[in-house]
Amino acid sequence: MRITAHLLTTTASIAALVGCLGLAPSIASADEGADLAKGKELAFNRKKGNCLACHQIEGGKLAGNIGPPLIAMKARFPDYDKLRAQIDDARKNNPNTIMIPFGPHAVMSSGEIDLVTKFIHTL
Amino acid sequence: MKKIATALSIMLLAATPFAAQASPDDDLKAFRSYFTKKFPDVPKGDFINGVYSVDAASREQWEAFEEFPSYEIAVDDGEGKFHKKFANGKGYADCFPNYKKGIKQNYPYFDTDSGKVVTLEGAINKCRTDNGEKKLKWKKGTITEIGAYLASLSRGHKVNVKVPNDAKAVAAYNRGKQHFYAKRGQLNMSCADCHYYYSGSKIRADILSPAYGHATGFPVYRNKWAGMGTIHRRYGGCNKQVRAKPFKAQSDEYKALEYFHTYMSNGLEINGPSQRK
Repeated sequence: MRITAHLLTTTASIAALVGCLGLAPSIASADEGADLAKGKELAFNRKKGNCLACHQIEGGKLAGNIGPPLIAMKARFPDYDKLRAQIDDARKNNPNTIMIPFGPHAVMSSGEIDLVTKFIHTL
Repeated sequence: MKKIATALSIMLLAATPFAAQASPDDDLKAFRSYFTKKFPDVPKGDFINGVYSVDAASREQWEAFEEFPSYEIAVDDGEGKFHKKFANGKGYADCFPNYKKGIKQNYPYFDTDSGKVVTLEGAINKCRTDNGEKKLKWKKGTITEIGAYLASLSRGHKVNVKVPNDAKAVAAYNRGKQHFYAKRGQLNMSCADCHYYYSGSKIRADILSPAYGHATGFPVYRNKWAGMGTIHRRYGGCNKQVRAKPFKAQSDEYKALEYFHTYMSNGLEINGPSQRK
């Protein structure tokens, strides 16, 4: 059973890789663009990410300055997973942080955190 | 045996934070010095003006408001209501014999007989029920008018809240301190996060007010409310903003918070009622 599951995930990831690598590039990038737009919307939504409450973001108005401006994110977070972990639960890096534990406190779903992370990583 | 020892030391650890904590007076000195260092340009006494002490841009607009303050009607109405006799012929002045000299600076105080924190609103309503009258609503309306009148007579007096050497008084103070520093709500934020550590920073377009001096100006006319409110009304709003369930006005929790919070403004002048955004 375990082997079957393993096989399945391997097959699935190969399929995903093939998908990304060239069989359907136009569709993949369209999806990517839609994801980024959704991520931005969630990041700017006051009831979801509300990132502008504390961070300056290009294209956002009246941003706060409690946290650092979100710029050069790929240089600051070469590892996408580390950025995602920071957005999911910043307490792991700093137990006293004012940043909201978006994941554990269910302010955003896991899928929404993925979308926000994708968007923030492009800044 | 080892297990018992471990259990005991855990219990001790759990119990020590408050037992080993600094005295209220030490807390106040540290609190005051934190803010005066953080905002070296603000004259010490100016912290009573809340966010306007650290936000030059909105201060101008606020000063214009204060020329014809919206709380003035509340003070006038409060004066009228304060002097209206109860059905039994007595009045508020019988409960607050020193009202003309100013009394707001002494609230909240710890009443050693009842073992409870007494707020000005609590004392107003106790005066009513002792004289056979119904309680007023706690957060807005008449209670803020009478409070505004009494505060206006107390202007210029320095906040003088005391924590007597009484286990229950210290416990109430520590409960308030705990509330102030503890993370709460879905957003996991403490009062201290915004009004201590990040005071002066911007949350969206708003500057966060320093907690030092918060308590001197109540009751307040708040533009957002388009009306007057007590400090407990404001506490409820703050708790809701971090998506926490607010406590009831005049609950032991908020009375304890007001006790700690006001103690932290000791030595600053009463300037209530005041106007806020």
